[in-house]
Amino acid sequence: MYDVIIIGAGPAGISAGLYTKRANLKVLIIYKDQSSLEKTEKIENYYGFENGIDGKELYKTGIRQAENLNIDVKKEEVINIQVGENKTYKVITEYGTYETKVVIFATGNKKNVPKIKGIKEFEGKGVSYCAVCDGFFYRNKDISVLGNGRYAIAETNELINIANSITILTNGEKAPEIRADNVKIDTRKIREVRGDKKVEEIEFEDNDKVKTSGIFVALGVAGSADFAKKLGVITNKDKIVVNENMETNMPGIYACGDCTGGILQISKSVYEGTKAGLQAIKYLKKEN
Amino acid sequence: MSVLKFEEGNFEEEVLKTEGKVLVDFYADWCGPCKMMSPIIDDIANEVEGKVKVGKVNVDNNQELAIEYDVMSIPTIIVFENGKTIKTFIGVTDKNEILDTLK
Repeated sequence: MYDVIIIGAGPAGISAGLYTKRANLKVLIIYKDQSSLEKTEKIENYYGFENGIDGKELYKTGIRQAENLNIDVKKEEVINIQVGENKTYKVITEYGTYETKVVIFATGNKKNVPKIKGIKEFEGKGVSYCAVCDGFFYRNKDISVLGNGRYAIAETNELINIANSITILTNGEKAPEIRADNVKIDTRKIREVRGDKKVEEIEFEDNDKVKTSGIFVALGVAGSADFAKKLGVITNKDKIVVNENMETNMPGIYACGDCTGGILQISKSVYEGTKAGLQAIKYLKKEN
Repeated sequence: MSVLKFEEGNFEEEVLKTEGKVLVDFYADWCGPCKMMSPIIDDIANEVEGKVKVGKVNVDNNQELAIEYDVMSIPTIIVFENGKTIKTFIGVTDKNEILDTLK
């Protein structure tokens, strides 16, 4: 059992890690996707670097700093987070399940909304971002999962026993490996999602049309907003809603950095990571 | 006023024939996010007591209502005014955002 699991290893995640580790807590940082910091060539507006600093270098230095403090740092993909017993949470990756008392989201602001006509329009009307929340409404129906990575497979597995059939739509990407009687894979590029009041059909770029009752979006690596929705954390336009202490509406769940919205700056992420870490320390003292 | 229980049997009387606004929370017992929405709905019911009727629909027991109002994701919160849908919130939603539509 970990005291704290931090998802994300950018400035917010690492800062939360430093403070919680220094309070002698058992801390795990899990990261997978590239931080926006890693893609920034040169940072010239952050305190203390007279000639600026390369974003990638700063990102890697942060991870090494955490490792040097003996924080567990794992490069794994989080595919699900579940509520456990007695105010604990289970963080599930492709390699295993980690239990923790506190989860700190520091996953950045990336959101995998596909640029397909109709997807946005039908959100909540046949387009879903959460299999475990909405699968019930598609019992014995023919539905689709959009994506091709581990997260798409995890969402498909949630739906296998509910739906009549599932078609994994890769939208031009390569087919994932999955074998089940009621699962098909279609790698064609999608032109549009159509329907009257709700999703009814998908039109491919080759002009072929296929009927579907629902589309579960599970592109790439799941982000904080995806997990937040599954858990019941309040979000607003895919930003996690936090108070001034970085607390969400759920006990023991915090968010910091770009995933809370506002200015996308290192300084803000460091502050929020620090605050989330300190608040988690207080929370664990009170709970133990 | 506590949170009411709306069902297929009383929906017309309690919601559609009510003058003014009614807030309806579509939920299920197995839905994790719905459990997080529940205390928020309780708070709202207390704050709008005497002004707006607040109730819940269990979608497992009232599938016709879920279909009628195109509920395909839970929690879904629908605000009715004089029997007509005026606003729908999908997913766990901030209390103040909902309260704004009840003013």
